[in-house]
Amino acid sequence: MIPIENFLVLSSILFSIGIYGVLARRNAVLIIMSVELMLQAVSINFIAFAVYLYPEQFTGLIFAIFVITIAAAEVGLALGIILRIFRNKGTSNVDEVDMLKW
Amino acid sequence: MSYEEVIFYFVAAVTVLGALGVVLTRNVVHSALFLILALLAVAGVFILLSAEFLAIVQILIYGGAVTILILFVMMLTRVRDMPQALDGPQRPFAALAAGAFLVLSVLAALSSDWPGETREITVVPFREMGEALFRDWAVPFEVASLVLLVALIGAIVLARGEEGE
Repeated sequence: MIPIENFLVLSSILFSIGIYGVLARRNAVLIIMSVELMLQAVSINFIAFAVYLYPEQFTGLIFAIFVITIAAAEVGLALGIILRIFRNKGTSNVDEVDMLKW
Repeated sequence: MSYEEVIFYFVAAVTVLGALGVVLTRNVVHSALFLILALLAVAGVFILLSAEFLAIVQILIYGGAVTILILFVMMLTRVRDMPQALDGPQRPFAALAAGAFLVLSVLAALSSDWPGETREITVVPFREMGEALFRDWAVPFEVASLVLLVALIGAIVLARGEEGE
């Protein structure tokens, strides 16, 4: 069988790649995509802990379902906001959206 | 090496390659296609963890809905026309932060002393999971459906545009 550490290391790698994407990219859509990668890493961790350590409670599986649900809502709203900003400012580059800064 | 391990390493390699493609490629449409690859590979990881239901949900929601939404917004905001604005000047810092987190988290995962069984998967029956979701977790479930409704209406209001526009 596969030890739990393999899954934890895989999710660490995935989360790190997501961190790099969020910090390095400047376009809001690409940042959302990197956030999705980080959410996937968290889901892998939740499910791994649920099926290895506490299979009689399996709270992690339920949490993974909620993570996917909330991620779908978040993507819908975030992309609506990006579309709105693009119409008002003509850009979806997060460095140029600085109306709250003076 | 058992056949399960072979499958795990293959799926893990595809996941990491897809994720690297998402953050490194210069073409944003390729980036979205790499995202689909990574998400499908993560569904494979879910199957290896004996969570088949979550794998199916993953393919339907992420592979079907989320990536299509992202591709549509890419088209509408014309991301492809500004390739020079893809990466910021903070790339070395980003690589440093990601590397530091990776080292820390891998060390923590390998050196921790986990309680209970860490070699064998105990398969959670699908029926038990469904009963728990609709009995013990009924209130969070209803709140989640409310969140989805609010997000749906909010996205429509935000993206619709003003009257007479």
